[in-house]
Amino acid sequence: MSADAVRMSQWPSEQPYVIPVAPGPDVATVTIDGKEVQVPRGELLIKVAQDHGTYIPRFCWHERMKPVGMCRMCLVEVEGMRGLQISCATPVTDGMVVHTQSPGVKAAQDGVLEFLLVNHPLDCPVCDRGGECPLQDQTLAFGPGESRFVEEKRHFEKPIPISDTVLLDRERCIQCGRCTRFASEIAGDALIHFGGRGSATEVITYPDEPFSSYFAGNTVQICPVGALTASPYRFRARPWDLDSVETSCQQCAVGCRGALESTSNRLVRLLGVDLDAVNQGWLCDRGRYAYEWVHSDARVTTPRLALEGGLAEATWPQALDAAAEALRRARDEHGPDAIGVLGGARGTNEDAYAWARLAKGVLHTDNVDAQLDDGLPAEVVLGLPRATIDDLDRAAAIVVVGPDPKEALPVLYLRIRAAAEAGVPVVDVSTHDNGCTPFAACSLRHRPGEVATPVAALAEVLAGRTTGSDADRLAALLADRDGPVVVVLGRPSLAEPATAVVHAASLLAAVPTVRFLPALHRGNVHGALDLGLAPGLLPGRVTLDAGRTHVGAGWGGVPAARGLDARGILTAAADGRIRTLVLLGCDPLTDFPDRPLVERALAAVGTVVVVGAFADAAGGHADVVLPTTVWGEHDGSGTNLEGRVQRLARKVTPGGAAMEAWRIAGELAARLGVDFDLELTAEVQDEIARVAPAFAGVDAAVLRRARDGVVLPLADHADEIAWGPAPLGAGVSWEPIPAGADAEPVPAGAEAAVAPARPPAPPVALWEWRGPAEPAPTVPVDAYALRVVAARTLYGADRAVLESPSLAAFAPRDAVLLVSRTDRDRIGVADGDRVRVTSARATVELPVVADARIPQGVAFLPANRAGAGIGDLVDPDAAVTDLRVETLR
Amino acid sequence: MAQETPVVTRFMRERPDDSWQFESARAYNAAYTRLERAFAMGPEAIVEAVRQSGLRGKGGAGFGTGQKWSFLPKGVFPRYLCINGDEGEPATFKDHMLTERDPHQLVEGAIITAYAIQANHAFIYLRGEFAIGADRLQQAIDDAYAHGFLGKDIGGSGFDLELVLHRGAGCYIAGDETGLLSSLEGERAMPRIKPPFPAAQGLYAAPTVVNNIETISTIPWIIANGAEWYAGMGVNRSTGTRIFSVSGHVERPGNYEIELGMTFRELIEGLAGGVRDGKRMKFFIPGGASSPWLLPEHLDSPLDMDYASSELRTMLGSGAIMVFDETTDPLLVSWRLAKFYAHESCGKCTPCREGSSWIEKVLYRMVNGQGRPEDLDLLLSFGSNIVPELNAPFAQTTICALGPSTMSHVVSLDRWFRDEIVARLERDTARRTSLEIVTVGGGADA
Repeated sequence: MSADAVRMSQWPSEQPYVIPVAPGPDVATVTIDGKEVQVPRGELLIKVAQDHGTYIPRFCWHERMKPVGMCRMCLVEVEGMRGLQISCATPVTDGMVVHTQSPGVKAAQDGVLEFLLVNHPLDCPVCDRGGECPLQDQTLAFGPGESRFVEEKRHFEKPIPISDTVLLDRERCIQCGRCTRFASEIAGDALIHFGGRGSATEVITYPDEPFSSYFAGNTVQICPVGALTASPYRFRARPWDLDSVETSCQQCAVGCRGALESTSNRLVRLLGVDLDAVNQGWLCDRGRYAYEWVHSDARVTTPRLALEGGLAEATWPQALDAAAEALRRARDEHGPDAIGVLGGARGTNEDAYAWARLAKGVLHTDNVDAQLDDGLPAEVVLGLPRATIDDLDRAAAIVVVGPDPKEALPVLYLRIRAAAEAGVPVVDVSTHDNGCTPFAACSLRHRPGEVATPVAALAEVLAGRTTGSDADRLAALLADRDGPVVVVLGRPSLAEPATAVVHAASLLAAVPTVRFLPALHRGNVHGALDLGLAPGLLPGRVTLDAGRTHVGAGWGGVPAARGLDARGILTAAADGRIRTLVLLGCDPLTDFPDRPLVERALAAVGTVVVVGAFADAAGGHADVVLPTTVWGEHDGSGTNLEGRVQRLARKVTPGGAAMEAWRIAGELAARLGVDFDLELTAEVQDEIARVAPAFAGVDAAVLRRARDGVVLPLADHADEIAWGPAPLGAGVSWEPIPAGADAEPVPAGAEAAVAPARPPAPPVALWEWRGPAEPAPTVPVDAYALRVVAARTLYGADRAVLESPSLAAFAPRDAVLLVSRTDRDRIGVADGDRVRVTSARATVELPVVADARIPQGVAFLPANRAGAGIGDLVDPDAAVTDLRVETLR
Repeated sequence: MAQETPVVTRFMRERPDDSWQFESARAYNAAYTRLERAFAMGPEAIVEAVRQSGLRGKGGAGFGTGQKWSFLPKGVFPRYLCINGDEGEPATFKDHMLTERDPHQLVEGAIITAYAIQANHAFIYLRGEFAIGADRLQQAIDDAYAHGFLGKDIGGSGFDLELVLHRGAGCYIAGDETGLLSSLEGERAMPRIKPPFPAAQGLYAAPTVVNNIETISTIPWIIANGAEWYAGMGVNRSTGTRIFSVSGHVERPGNYEIELGMTFRELIEGLAGGVRDGKRMKFFIPGGASSPWLLPEHLDSPLDMDYASSELRTMLGSGAIMVFDETTDPLLVSWRLAKFYAHESCGKCTPCREGSSWIEKVLYRMVNGQGRPEDLDLLLSFGSNIVPELNAPFAQTTICALGPSTMSHVVSLDRWFRDEIVARLERDTARRTSLEIVTVGGGADA
């Protein structure tokens, strides 16, 4: 794409500056060191050179950030231009002749490196970066052999923490500004900056304010020296001892690509991989450090059976027999509906498929749900027209309806923010200010439970049906922009049923240009829903009825009628109607909003089979524990929120006797008289491609070779597949790591042999949902009460956080009630004071804290905290929950 | 006998006791009467007149003022005028005087300039230390508002102008035009990459003109007396007058406004009374601390900006002339200047950030008897990585001109005093019992 101007940074200014590009033909012919290349006019010279095999050294320039031209390492000679030019801020124009190796350039590179080494300590042997250090590498490649500096180097206290995970060694810092620019330009958390001047320049935080960004870990990854180190990785390994595979993070449904690294069979690091379509190199800190939980001491790795006196170790045959027996007895004695399967949203697609087949095809129960009453009905999610993450960049507008993307889907938040920076208007529909508010073109506020009200107005504007001053202003924002309207849709609050947001979705879905990105909780929730772990659905985005023939043929039958969702299953269990309950890699006690219901259900159910990594998932009620492998220990595939199926890789050998969950399903099926005949992950993938309509064509071979994964359904996205690994690139941690390291190479021109001749269309029409949905009832406002909004924050008392020491250290755990300052003052307490909180359901004591983002009349309750909370206060059947808050006096 | 030619300093000499006051400026200097004429001329005619006058920027670079104004892209608004009063160049003190003594002249110039470039918002960035100047200038701005010379519809012309006085926080590099813009935006004063130039994307990424206080103060007189009058003064392409701040070892240090083309000798020996106490001159710095030094043998050269750069390989820069007598140790002067630049380097780009403090550390060693004979060549060698071929300030690997400035005094040492210094370093080396390379202290913050 040629351009007349290139965005640049005049850092520290945050104004939108551009470098003008001289006019000329769109395809410029540029000569780099005598080699002639054809490139789009306006691309940056440094990038063009790199793409064509000439690496120009650099420190401050990063492909995913705007050029700033500070380090002066990338100076080159351009014929006809006076002096040397910084290639990072020089857009190419037709006829440009560039020399990157001339004596003048060599002298400049030599000089810049000598300057950088003036104050850089040569403590490489004890530096985490040693061995993968750009300063080391470039000094060897381009620098002087010896320093002529005989004076004392500058000294600072060796590393100082600038956040709970990031340490700063100011002696090593070369002031490239990558971290500071990332913080303000990409993350929007401008919490670090330069202090001091000249050679005393140092990176600083603001007084008493740590660099507490959800994205702080990225600064460590892009630091070109060992100035920034991450405490979880610090001193754990040397780069040459690391082994690396590419995989996708499963902490949320964005599915960021990462390079997972281990040494001595221990995971030690996850680095962001630059998958253009998804995370563009970035990770959130939760995703970056959550590998630690894989090595948690609390994990169970041998099967257990409940005996008198608690769980005892058992052999696999004993445990499998016991589990199969419990399932058989429940089915035979009480019918298939006496079995419930909860969870599956944290495993692989293969796990989800095998368990869907076991539950629906073998046991014939439809009481299966991967979501824990904290998302949206599966038939809504699967039936709405889907957007891709890349659609955000070309959208006419982005509408955010649901949980705060910064808390729920952090890297999606970065993509939304980047799109907004590039000019896409963002409409933020919420009860309170959230991560998107600072850059939203328009913020629509509503009372809890009434999300459909602003959305109805918005839908009218989008459909061009309404006028009025507010509507006109909104319309003006969206006018003259082509492309889809991307709606990020999720459950805005766990304190109210999904009714209102489903109604809102039905209004938006009526607008032809609207596409959705569902914002659901848990990493592979989309894989689980796509593969049938939801009531009323079968693998491949088809309903029981639509898929009965096609799927049933392969499986030997499917359930007769739609079963219960998660809350239905737990309610039935509490009533004694569920005899055997399977917890498939889920923690209902911490994850299900109505904890009292979970406790009643677990106590009442006959047999609880825990299929997972933690024996305490069922509290003290587990009867059989079947230990599974977890992320990092197994390969397979996962599906992200846009429906992109990506490879998951095994990096370490599981400890003990843990087994993949799909294999456990097969073992159980065999004991129930059905042979799945699945021995390899690839065989499961091939069966999915055969059975699940939405996965038509997405078999093991395609998954193995598609560099960026495959967006479902293949028939609609076949052109987007990139075959084989990325061609050229630095491939070191500090520069964007190209995606596709583990993809099977496909020689140029051989794509046709790999790609299916014609992308196969799904054999059964995929489920579509277009409403209508019933509106939620409006509850009159009680002026003396606060209406609850409950949502998860990124860190909380979640298993992955608690079992990852680095995350647990700075995760807030205790319950708190956030209110507006006005309401806090009206109650008459100070921040942190405990108050008595009364809802229709219960009275509890909670500390209250004022928060500037919360409007008057609203109380925000972080949903993932220990202690009194949503489960105690919120009646899930009520449209909204009002709280009375009183002082304890 | 050399004569001064007061233009922008005329009124302050006539009314030394109240030249900064509105009533006085109105009554005796006809302040703001040039506005009417300017509004009658129209913006294009003013730009053309300034171009015809040959007026060149008086902050240091000497770029054609009218030419600079004409670079603004057509039809792009808003535009901004920023007036550079950061005056941080060592030994320069002309803007200081103009601000304190004749603020109305400056405000009037600002209004005419803003009108000429069609900017409705102007900023004066004043060096923070100018306390009296800031008070008087703010008073002048307030008075101008009160009498309708600022604000909406100035003098019935339909032209609106908001003029804001901003005081700097003490930073040399805020005097660089793009560093000034960053500072005005509320950020660290760090220079910006060019292109884009401020004329296209300056303050808040909008078209911006940055001019020095002395330049702006000259504008009313070009409007009053015409371009030919101004162009008729001076020499060659250095037209008009300039204020030279003469300091150092002279009998009468001070600001002298003279017609360009006068010789250094007439200025230093005539007006400033020559080297004090009957001593002889060793060398002088002709245009602010950033300019390469000259020797007494250059005294008969004309004060001509182009002659200075092409024939003398230096510059008239900010017009600060520092005179050093025969007792001066040039190495000590060089170290002190190096210390200044090491302290003031903003830290944005590598060669200047690291190079400036390295230069300072080496010079500190040399001054303190720890030098080695090869140290001068070492300085020149790594200095050439800041200023390729050492021809400051015409080539640089840095973002702004501060980089080359850090080397100009070292280049001068080599150019004029090489033998003296190398001999001294050899003596020092011989005197030391062993080669003991220690840092005696120093550093940017020492």
